[in-house]
Amino acid sequence: MAKSLLLISRQAPWSGPGAREALDIVLAGGAFDLPIGLLFLDDGVFQLSAGQNAKAVQQKDLSANLQALPMFGVDDLFLCADSAAERGVATDALALGEVKVLGAADIAALIDRYDQVITL
Amino acid sequence: MAAVLLIGSVMKFAIALFSAAHAPSSRRALLFAQAALAGGHEIVRLFFYQDGVYNACASVVTPQDEQDLPQQWRAFVSDNRLDGVVCIAAALRRGVLNEEEAQRYQRSAASVEAPWALSGLGQLHDAIQDADRLICFGGA
Repeated sequence: MAKSLLLISRQAPWSGPGAREALDIVLAGGAFDLPIGLLFLDDGVFQLSAGQNAKAVQQKDLSANLQALPMFGVDDLFLCADSAAERGVATDALALGEVKVLGAADIAALIDRYDQVITL
Repeated sequence: MAAVLLIGSVMKFAIALFSAAHAPSSRRALLFAQAALAGGHEIVRLFFYQDGVYNACASVVTPQDEQDLPQQWRAFVSDNRLDGVVCIAAALRRGVLNEEEAQRYQRSAASVEAPWALSGLGQLHDAIQDADRLICFGGA
């Protein structure tokens, strides 16, 4: 059976190519039909902030790539409730549907469930 | 799965490096890789991603009294005939090109050569599937 991978994405979408490159690992895994999960943690929750204007900071919008996740067969999407609350990101209006909002204990259990973890 | 392997048995490691050549985590990655081989373990692949691609850059010039990490990586990978892969998309973005890519994009400088191979993220996933453990250095 294929090993599962959890990608923990911790960077804001406008802090450099980090968030995009983290997402690329997930999309590539999806393209190969691998069991893969994506957790938005710390500043990574900003990637799901609604109503972003990437152009205003001369950046490319990451949300189109995020919308591609279901098409790549990646449905295990998670968001840290504490990270979102600390940063004022409203979890009832996220830029991506079908994201499970998890508390700290659930996140510990989530990480435990996966064979391998990459944090970026 | 990996957790039930007995202590003392041979492990297959995949090593991913995300930080630039001057970062402490990149030195730790090399020390770990050297220790893994010295301990009789196997490294199925080294995968350099994000700023990690700079570790494969032959044009890095390190002051004489400092460690020349790209040179040390090159020697380590060559001497042990390891599979060293640099992510092509991350490398292009950072101007770290081999001869083929420099020609393709009409750039005047190529700074990656053997033993490194430029390839895609599929090589990372392939290594993860093949290894008992993925060990990451220099992530966020």
